[in-house]
Parts: sequence; C-alpha cells; structure tokens
Amino acid sequence: MALKIPVYMDNHATTPVDPRVLDAMMPYFTEKFGNAASRNHSFGWEGEEGVENARAQVAKLINASPKEIIFTSGATESNNLAIKGVAEMYREKGNHIITQVTEHKAVLDTCKRLEKYGYEVTYLPVEKDGRINLDDLRRAITPKTILISIMYANNEIGVIQPIEEIGKIAKEMGVFFHVDGVQAAGKVPIDVQRDGIDLLSISAHKLYGPKGVGALYVRRKNPRVQLSAIIDGGGHERGMRSGTLNVTGIVGLGKACEICQQEMAAETKKLSALRDRLKNALMSQLDECFINGSMEHRLPHNINISFAFVEGESLLMGINDIAVSSGSACTSATLEPSYVLKALGVGEDLAHTSIRFGLGRFNTEEEVDYVVSRVAETVNRLRELSPLYEMAKEGVDISKMKWTAAGE
Amino acid sequence: MAYSEKVIDHYNNPRNVGSLDKKDPNVGTGLVGAPECGDVMKLQMKVNPDTRVIEEAKFKTFGCGSAIASSSLATEWVKGKTVEEALAIKNTDIVRELALPPVKIHCSVLAEDAIKAALSDWKTKQGETVNPAEAKSAH
Repeated sequence: MALKIPVYMDNHATTPVDPRVLDAMMPYFTEKFGNAASRNHSFGWEGEEGVENARAQVAKLINASPKEIIFTSGATESNNLAIKGVAEMYREKGNHIITQVTEHKAVLDTCKRLEKYGYEVTYLPVEKDGRINLDDLRRAITPKTILISIMYANNEIGVIQPIEEIGKIAKEMGVFFHVDGVQAAGKVPIDVQRDGIDLLSISAHKLYGPKGVGALYVRRKNPRVQLSAIIDGGGHERGMRSGTLNVTGIVGLGKACEICQQEMAAETKKLSALRDRLKNALMSQLDECFINGSMEHRLPHNINISFAFVEGESLLMGINDIAVSSGSACTSATLEPSYVLKALGVGEDLAHTSIRFGLGRFNTEEEVDYVVSRVAETVNRLRELSPLYEMAKEGVDISKMKWTAAGE
Repeated sequence: MAYSEKVIDHYNNPRNVGSLDKKDPNVGTGLVGAPECGDVMKLQMKVNPDTRVIEEAKFKTFGCGSAIASSSLATEWVKGKTVEEALAIKNTDIVRELALPPVKIHCSVLAEDAIKAALSDWKTKQGETVNPAEAKSAH
C-alpha cells in the first residue's frame, strides 16, 4: 500500500469515523429520521429503537446497565453535567470537590466556576510519572467532600490514573467518584463496577464515532447518584438532559463502542506495537530525548517526547505533512507551555520541546517509519540551528545561565 | 497557524546559520531570550573597526518559525551596514517585512535585542562606552 500524505497521528484530538459506524448511521439521516420522543407513530419508534440499541452498546463497553447511560453533546457537556449536577444536588451535604491538576479544561474550568459560587475545590498535585498520590487524596477528603473527579487517562501524556484504588477510597468515604473517560473509553477496559466509578464521561469522536455526541454514565444503585440538570426543557433522558436526541449521532456512538469492545484486545496489541516501534526508533536515532509521563501506566497508543533544544512549534513546521501536536504553546496568547507537563515537574524549557504522538486504528507500520524519518531529520536540522544544542555540546550548563527575556 | 511566505522561506532556507569566533576582538556576540520562554537567539557580527561596517553576520536560534525567520532576516539586513545603521533597525521593520501576526511580535523584539546586544558586546571589546540600555545579553 502506498503511503498517503499527510499522515494523521493526532488521535487524542479526534479520530476519523470508522466506515462501519458511518454505515450504521446513514439510515437515520433519511429513512429512519423520526424523533425518538415521538411515542405515537412508527417513525418515532424507529428512532427510539436506534437510541435504545446504542444505549445498550455504550453500557456494555463499560459494564453498566443501559438505564445508567445519558446521551449528551459530548464529553465537555458530560463533565459539566456530572460536576455541576452533583454540586447542586448535594449542596446541603457539602461544598467540597477534589480533582487534580492535569485534568482537561472541561473539568478544571467547571470546578473554577463552582469556586465562584462558593464551592471549595482541592486540586491534587501529580507525581513525576503523572499519577496522583493516593495518600494525598485520602488526606484531602473532609466531611464536606461530595465529589472526586479524576480522569481515567490524560490527553497529553496518556498516563492512566489508579482508578480502581481511587474508586475504593471514594466508596469507603462515601464520596461520589466522577471519571473523565474520554481518552480511555474504547481503548482500555473500563468496568464501572470493578473501578467503583459513579459517573463516567465519554465522547464519540475520540473512539471513531462522530463529533457532537457523547454520554454520561450515572450510577443507579450502590449508591444511586442524582443530578440537577443543567439544560432544562422537555425532560428527555430521565430529566437529566433535555433536548431532542441526536439520533444519528447516538447510533454512531453506540456502533463505535461496540466495535471498540469487540476489537479492543487486538487493537491494543497492534497499537502498542506501533507505538513502541515509533518510540524505540526515535529514542535510538536521536540523543537528548525524554519521555514525559509513566510508560508503565499509559494508554497503548500514546507517546509524548521532549526533543531537547528544538522548540516544538518549529518542529511541527518542519514536519508539516504529519499531524501531531506540541506542548509548546507558542501560538497561544499566553506563551505558556503545557500545564500538564509543568505539573509533572518537566522544566518549561523541555515543555517547549515536547511532541504528542497519538496513534490510531488506521495507522500503519509504513506511516510510523515515515514519521520517524521525518522527525529525526527535522530535529537534526533544527539542532544545527539551535544555540542551546551548540552550548550543551560545548559543556555549558544552560540551567545555570542568566537569561534575558524579550523587551526587558 | 498560517505563516507568511517569507517566514516559510527563511525557515526552510535560513540565511547565515552558524557561529563566529566569540574571542575575536572584532566579533560581537548577542545572546538573548530564555529557554523557558521558548526563544533563544544568538547573533554574531564581525565588524571592521576602521570602517565600522558589519562584514559578516551569523545566527543560531531556538524558537518557533517566526523567531528563526526574524533572526535570519536580521543577519541579512545588518550585513554591509555600519554599526550605527544596524542599531537603527527597529523590530517593527521586521514585523512588516515578515508580516508577523500580533502573537509573534515578541520574536521581532528579540531580534532587535539581539542586534543591540551583539553590537554592544563589540563596542565593549573595542573599548567604547556602551549605553546600558543596549547591553542585555545573557551571561
């Protein structure tokens, strides 16, 4: 098979829709277009059947019951609904929420908003490997704590948190446990029973489904979780999320979950082999490269590497036929590099040189080899251009230099 | 983000990459920026002490495409100019030439700083007095 350019290796940002998912969705655009809430004719019944089938497929992926699945517009909404919904519903019980510093902005900014409304939020630090310390968590819990929100796996470094242990602690202390499962769902086995998860956010477009649809798992027993809705209206989704159901999207999400569930074992094997091929080749061909985050507790399709002395954005510019992303935020107005890498204790100088590779279902060995050669050649070229590389080779300790900043 | 054609050209074909002997009394070295900020520029110029004309200029830059382009352009511009003419180059000239967007203006500021730092280093070596505002190279 001929190599197709550009190569897509940014599957933490989004994934293409699997053709089998698209096939499942198609009839729901034109023939089976009914409103799933229309109870009195066959068009509505067909729509409802599609939705209920999808609910069962999503539930099966995470070992939940279909009644515990609420459909949303995506994981940002799911995270908002879980956190704000619990916060409002259990306000009498307490006002304290625990999360951690490398969460996605959909969790962090939701918590920040709640702080404005009088809630107290503890942001746990992470260790060098990107995982929280369970003793920190235990110490942070107070009688006022109503929710722990910790992601399953991180979107930049792919590091998997000790979810099962956190679930046990949450249960022991009688605190609800929400998990942002966006990057992990469909990639590693999630079991809400084993893991003690009370709420779980999922997005379709990260697991080869369409954009604009997601789900929230809401536990119904042991313990039963109640939520205050954040969108009011026709009372869809047991009153937790009003709004006409996105039937085509939901059918796509369901089918995507089913495929992930059936193919997870084989896919994990394939992707971790490709990822290791990529990592090993880059690390052996280039010196001064550093892997960010734990290799042991990591998604099979992720690797995040800092290529010291080469600024990330300039590296991306040199490999413009490859889609990956950088922890250097040179393009943003703040000029701050990745807060995730910073939380791991990665120096800002190295954070600026980091690249995230997110492999996916449709990547091939040829593509991996192409990416390796393009990255290695570009890193070498830019290091020839880098005063820092030159100084390091001369034995200058860059960290001990006194630097000036622009415009000072 | 979309880069201007001139930025892409300088990135793909950077002019005057390299180093000059920093111990040479006729070579001024400017090292500005900081690795934590994602930009470090090293600009070196060899100046004829009799004519005060910049005969050679070399750079190395750690930074984004716009930073590389700004410093590459700076070496092109200073060559053949006198010290005084080179000191008159403003960052806004670089912004205009490379069509830099607002978030990249700091790259041009850094390039102007690098020119000033290199020339103040040269002046110091020549025993000339240096305006303290010009001397802010890393050390």
